[in-house]
Amino acid sequence: MKLSARIAVPVAALAVAGLAVTGCAPSTSDNSAKTDEKSGTLRVWLFQEVNNKPKEEVVSAALAAFKKDHPDAKADITYIPVDTRAQKIKAAFNDPKSAPDLIEYGNTDTAGYVKDGGLADLTKEFEAWPDAKDTDPAAKQSVTVGGKVYGAPLFVGVRALYYRTDVFKELDLKPPATLDELTETAKKIHKERPELYGLAVGGAYTYGAMPFIWANGGDIANRAGGEGAYTAAIDSDAAKRGIAAYTALFGDDNCPAAKCAQMGGNDTVQAFASGKAAMAIGGDFNRQAVEDGAAKGKYGIVPLPGVKAGQIAPAFAGGNNIGLLKSSKHRTLAVDLMKSLAGKASQNKLFDAMGFLPTYTDVREDAAKRRPYVAPFVKTLAAGAKFVPATPAWATIDSSLVLPTMFQEVASGRKDVDAASAAAAKKMNAAFSSAG
Amino acid sequence: MTSVSPNATAPPAPARGERGTAPAPIRARRSPRLGAARGGRTPWLYLAPALIVLAGLLIYPIYQLGLISTLQYTQAQVSGGEPTSFRGLGNYTDLFSDGQFWRVLVATLAFAAACVVSTLAVGCALAVLLTRVRAVPRIALMLAALGAWATPAVTGSTVWVFLFDPDFGPVDKVLVWLGLDGFADYSWTYDRLSAFALVLFEVVWCSFPLVMVTVYAGIKAIPGEVLEAASLDGASAWRTWRSVMAPILRPILIVVTIQSIIWDFKVFTQIYVMTDGGGIAGQNLVLNVYAYQKAFASSQYGLGSAIGVVMLLILLAVTLGYLRLLRRQGEEL
Repeated sequence: MKLSARIAVPVAALAVAGLAVTGCAPSTSDNSAKTDEKSGTLRVWLFQEVNNKPKEEVVSAALAAFKKDHPDAKADITYIPVDTRAQKIKAAFNDPKSAPDLIEYGNTDTAGYVKDGGLADLTKEFEAWPDAKDTDPAAKQSVTVGGKVYGAPLFVGVRALYYRTDVFKELDLKPPATLDELTETAKKIHKERPELYGLAVGGAYTYGAMPFIWANGGDIANRAGGEGAYTAAIDSDAAKRGIAAYTALFGDDNCPAAKCAQMGGNDTVQAFASGKAAMAIGGDFNRQAVEDGAAKGKYGIVPLPGVKAGQIAPAFAGGNNIGLLKSSKHRTLAVDLMKSLAGKASQNKLFDAMGFLPTYTDVREDAAKRRPYVAPFVKTLAAGAKFVPATPAWATIDSSLVLPTMFQEVASGRKDVDAASAAAAKKMNAAFSSAG
Repeated sequence: MTSVSPNATAPPAPARGERGTAPAPIRARRSPRLGAARGGRTPWLYLAPALIVLAGLLIYPIYQLGLISTLQYTQAQVSGGEPTSFRGLGNYTDLFSDGQFWRVLVATLAFAAACVVSTLAVGCALAVLLTRVRAVPRIALMLAALGAWATPAVTGSTVWVFLFDPDFGPVDKVLVWLGLDGFADYSWTYDRLSAFALVLFEVVWCSFPLVMVTVYAGIKAIPGEVLEAASLDGASAWRTWRSVMAPILRPILIVVTIQSIIWDFKVFTQIYVMTDGGGIAGQNLVLNVYAYQKAFASSQYGLGSAIGVVMLLILLAVTLGYLRLLRRQGEEL
């Protein structure tokens, strides 16, 4: 065995080198704040946008307003890349000493961050804040976990139906009024113009697929009695109708599964922007990408229709929030800065600068008057947007690709709707029970 | 090692002179005495720096890996949202009761085996070819191989995906031009096997140069007379390889085989980049990408560590098994 032992060591070294990254001491950091200092430097992490200049200007204005009230305080703003935000924010939770006071975060992460012990409960401050009364219910839900508020919504993002006006005119079509009509229209277009996808769909495009389920009366999961407890509802009859409707769009008569099953949201928007699709489900935040593409000047936007004429399919209320880290030593100051950054005045400016939809219903209506192109998105939000289950299990479900796997299995014909949704429900329930 | 190290303390001149020719009994008679007196501590002294480095970089991480794999340890425990608790073998039972783990494990073993065999076949074949061509094509082949070797895995994978893209990639177009109409707009990443095949091509492309260069160096060291004798006897290229080169190159082949097993078992970048993190509905997941999904993407560090431990044990078992097999055949490394 001398030989084996001699080989075993380098073998083990190589094997472990790749896996040992988790090998730092299983330590636990103390994230509870001890003090509430009334002066000093606040650290703020905001997301770096593709075109960040206008955002920086809005933030400077908000800072100036904040400094007028707090001459002793300083703020140090860092823009972090969106791609690596998960690692950065986890690192901030792990190392309270170098963590920021305020962070911008994606609203689907709220419950996960709360469970991680990273975000501070701001229920009292939020309720005492005059601006907060006009906050859209879906936006408020996105900062709420177990009845407590963990931050202030900064903007909402919502998706609607983009369509090519020139193609519709040429084929004498009208924007669809129901989901069934949407499917028919998509297939008609692909038949007449085979080089185009009728409606670009993606097997990995969860938030483009969810409206089909919600419109059919289904949901991802239902509350089950206790605080924050959920059971999967993705295998209910209503949800299955929605899954069937969405996955029926994959095929040689609209969007061939061989290409579309692996597409995500950005791929479908890219297909539309580059002129390869006659319709796509895109967000208000995708408009610039479409403007920059071949579809510029040749497209319109309408709310995604529901099951019956006149209905709007509920959209997913995406968006970002601003939250206070539990480890912050400047709670009062930081909350004031948060109010300044996410208040009505700032959100109004942020809309003008970046096109981000405000989370206050009154500010949003004003905005739609100024920029008519956001009207379909505002209308979609007004019809009632939906949110993912507010449970830390969502982070697990999202990162283990439960829903994309389900849509891809059906779209590619590997499983039928019943089998795929049952498998997804089983995985979701496992995640719910281990998180609860 | 044990027979050499006592010599390190013996007077240098005789040791150097004796090494090749002196009869073994002399050393055998001397070394026990030396070993008991001084050699007991000296080899450890020489080994100490390496052992300390190994302990820091290897033993400690393995210890931590094993420890974390028995804990309920997610992001919530790391940042203090919840207390860390001991789960015993809970992570392992979770893992072993997950049907997906077994499917991924089988796929990983099959895929790694295919990659190792293909890499060795291509690398050895091209090494033999190198010895048989003139200088210009040899340098061209060498440069092409070194280029592939030097390309970062992410870059290589991205380029390969582009080459095989159904809409814009040249490969499908060339195949259609050659009369294979079935490849018009063919999506390589859609079908499970063709997606694995595509990744296999890339893995072979970026890992054959090491095999080729190593084996080529080995062949160059084979005395010319031996090969000349083989060709005088009228041996074919295959026969020369099989009966002359391969046995002489055995130690080299063992090393590159083990290295390939380890590399190909741990393939991550190629699968992650080329199949978008595991393919349609996770059909192309391999163990390392699966572990990444569990450990880092969903912050289940305890479960991820359990997967790490399982991978470590599998690799050790495969490698030790392979070496035992060789020893049973009477081969020394």
